[in-house]
Order: sequence, then C-alpha cells, then structure tokens
Amino acid sequence: MTDWLVGTVTDVRTETPTGRSLTITVDGWPGNLAGQHLDLRLTAPDGYQAVRSYSIASVGDGPAVQLAVDKITTGEVSPYLVDDVLPGDQLEVRGPLGRWFVWTPEDTRPIQLIAGGSGIVPLIAMARAHAASGSIVPFRLLYSVRSPQDRFFADEIAALESDLFRVDYVYTRSAPEGWATPPGRVTPERISAATIPVSETPGVFVCGPTGFVETVARALVDLGHEPQSVKTERFGGS
Amino acid sequence: MAVFSRGFGGRVRESTPDLPPGQFLTEDFPVLSAGPTPEIDTAEWEFTIRTETGASHSWDWDAFRALPSELVATDIHCVTRWSKLGTSWRGVSLDTLFEEVESSYDYVMAHSYGGYTTNLPLEDLLDGKAWIAYEFDGEDLDPEHGGPARLLIPHLYFWKSAKWVNGLVMMKDDEPGFWEQNGYHTYGDPWQEQRYW
Amino acid sequence: MSSHVDGNALAGPLSEVFHTDMTTAVCCCDGCGETTTLASEMVYGAHGLVVRCRSCDDVLITIVETPERVVLSFPGVSSVSVERGAPSA
Repeated sequence: MTDWLVGTVTDVRTETPTGRSLTITVDGWPGNLAGQHLDLRLTAPDGYQAVRSYSIASVGDGPAVQLAVDKITTGEVSPYLVDDVLPGDQLEVRGPLGRWFVWTPEDTRPIQLIAGGSGIVPLIAMARAHAASGSIVPFRLLYSVRSPQDRFFADEIAALESDLFRVDYVYTRSAPEGWATPPGRVTPERISAATIPVSETPGVFVCGPTGFVETVARALVDLGHEPQSVKTERFGGS
Repeated sequence: MAVFSRGFGGRVRESTPDLPPGQFLTEDFPVLSAGPTPEIDTAEWEFTIRTETGASHSWDWDAFRALPSELVATDIHCVTRWSKLGTSWRGVSLDTLFEEVESSYDYVMAHSYGGYTTNLPLEDLLDGKAWIAYEFDGEDLDPEHGGPARLLIPHLYFWKSAKWVNGLVMMKDDEPGFWEQNGYHTYGDPWQEQRYW
Repeated sequence: MSSHVDGNALAGPLSEVFHTDMTTAVCCCDGCGETTTLASEMVYGAHGLVVRCRSCDDVLITIVETPERVVLSFPGVSSVSVERGAPSA
C-alpha cells in the first residue's frame, strides 16, 4: 500500500511558453527508476481534491523529484502547476508508480525514445539514467514539438547528445531557419528515417498525447517492430 | 489529514441554493466516457421497449422524430461533482413512448449502443420526469454527449441519463446496471448525495 | 476526455489494494482470450476507471474509488498472473 507523502516545491523553471518544470522535495521519497510516474494530489481550502498522474523527469535516489508540466488551459490542475505554484508551496504525492514503462541499465538492447511535447518527461529520465550509468548501449531520441521554443529540457538534451545518444527533432508547426524538412506531423517515413532500424531489434519507448502515441505505435508496428518491444505511455489532459 | 495547496481553487465553486450538496458549478460540459464513442448512423438507429410478455415496441429514427417533442430546461448533476445549471434540451417524453406499453413490472434496465446499462425505477421515468433527448442547446446532440439520442433524467445523477440509449427492458426486480454493479448507488438522488454503495 | 490512456495509469489506484505493482501482471481477456500486460491495456477515466481489452474492447476491470473504499470488479478477466517476488509499486 502506497501512502501519500507531503512534498514541498523547491524549484520552478520555465521550459516553454506554456510549460515548466517543478522540483518537489518529498520527505520519505524512496527514489525512482527512469520512466516511473507519481500521482499528485492537490487539496483546496474547502476540501476539494484533484488527483493527477505525472511522469517523473528525475531518476535515482530521493528526496527531490522533478516533473515537467504543459498547461492545458481548460484543465484545473496543469494551469495551477504552470502559472501559480511557487517554491515553498505544499502538495501530496504517491509513488513511485509503475514498473512497466521503465528503463534500467540491465537492459542491453539499443533503445529508441520517441516523445511528443511534454511526453519527453519519462524519456529524459531514461536518457539521464543512461548517461549516469555509463551504459554503452546506443540510445536515440526522436522528439516531436510544435516549434523550437516548445522543447522541454532543450539545453540538457543538447548537452547529453553524443555518439551513444543521437537526437532528432520533428517540428510540427514551425521549424528553425534553414531546417531541412518543412514543419509537419510525425509520419511513418520520418519515423523510419530517424529511428533505430528494426534489424537492430531496439526497445522502443513512446510517450505523448493519445493521438500522437496512436500514430507512432501503429507506424512502428507497420515498420516491422514487434508489438511487445514497443512500450507506450499516453497522457490525457487536465 | 490532507495538506492544503496554497492558491489551489480547482473549479469555481460558488454556492447557490440550486446546487445539491457536494456539487460544484461548471460552465463547460465535461465528457466522461467509459469506452470509445460509438458511431451511430440515424439510418441504423433503433429504440426498443421490451416487456415481460416478450412484446416489443420499436421506433426507427424517423418514427421517433415524428413523435411530439418537448423543450426541457433543467439543471444536471454529475456524480463526479460538477453541476451545470439551466441546460436546454429537446426530446421525446417517456410518457409518450410508454403510452402503448403494458407492463406490471416496476423497474427498467436501460441499454445503450456500446453495451452500457443503468437501472431505474419505472416511476422515475414517467410523469414528465424523463426524456429521450436528441438536441442540446438547439443543436443535434454531439456523439461525445450521447448523440444521436440519450436518456435525460435530470433529477438523478447524470450517469443514469444513459448516452447512446437504444432500449429499455422491463424488470421485475431492481437489478444493478454497469456502474451500479461496480460501486455506485442503485438509485442516485443528488439531493441525498446517493453517490456510492 | 473520451480518449484512453495506458494501463500504466492504474499503478496508483491499484497500489491502494495490492502489495506488488499490478501493472506488470498479465491478464487474459475472457472475451477474446488475448493475454496482455495490464500496463498496455486501454484505460478510460469516467466515473471510475474502466480498463478495456486492447484487442476486443471488452470491459476487463473497473475501479471505483469512494471515500471509504476501493471497489474493484473484474467482469472480463479470466486470469491474472503475477510474477513471484515482484517488487512493490
């Protein structure tokens, strides 16, 4: 039985025009694997509660956990986390949760990460774990965002990029000056061109909005990836 | 005891006498779906009432739409704590649909495209308390909200107002429907906060 | 939201009931016989959580969290297998 733990926001950072990352320090946080999530509970003064699941961007031992949140204007939790929350504010968390959508250094397959928008969160945790572990298996990231300014963790991803961690971007609305491909959605052709080929039997982790994950997962299976080698994490929104 | 999160308001929660206990006002119309939204062509649509004798009364879309309809202005209350006041619907009263139906049973199971069920006492469907609604706010009912037609039983929590309804089956005893089997109250009166078992 | 998320999202609610992480358990659908890891089934969030078979759409599991209890139903699951010694959530 997992208990609710009290967390205190210790850092907030603007990541994109509509998103930011939060560091929450949680007494009793046991640490987490790369890719796990937590449930976050907010309680209003009149007792009204809202619970939402968020992937964890950080990895390893506690007590600090990092989340990144994209604002959905019609939601009731993400606007609070993106616009209102300040260091020192308290909330409750339950976790770490889920042992399916995780990567650990014991996994020696090449790994392809595919993120849409804030779906980068559990995947950056895997990239961080990969770098920290000294693992020599190849990682590759395909990151789909609306525009360059919508990238979460852009500087850190650039810093992590290496022979063992290749990074490709797909811009869906506006690409940087001189970018080779015009803006557009992720297509099977783009996936095929910018991911680890089926012949290397990679493990694939896909995270993003439901429609994005649906499209990508179908394309991967059509390309010949075994369905069991493709793990997905869709997020709803609010 | 929960920790309060400074500045977290959640939804706007004004208090008005029209709100049942524990409910909060909402201006939008949240969509709650237990499964994929069924695509129902009105050319294929059918609504049937079945009784204990095996008799069935069916309407296709044209026959259903030829029945007299009513404009219904009402408040709706979802068990997930949102309420929406002054909503506007058009539909056919169940009094009209039950005019020719003979049954000695007191309970009804409502069935929907997609397999959803919910149980109701017959008396809650009659005397101007319930409709099969096909318009919301003057427009055809959106499939996400149960179109082409859904039950509208505004005096009970809104899960009783089954989306995509396609039939009513008379029952001798009150047997639980989908949510009623799985944790929700068998009757669901919002003014008595009959949310769960 | 009328669209679904993955079974991963069940980890929190199920951690209230089960000692080990149930999202790595393998469920067999009573309707079509497909066996799938719970984490990759489809989850719809309505008045509770509705878990549907990703092959045939049948309802496998419902979870309703009330203030006093967690109500779990398995209307469409013929078996659940859990690895021995699996770690907690």
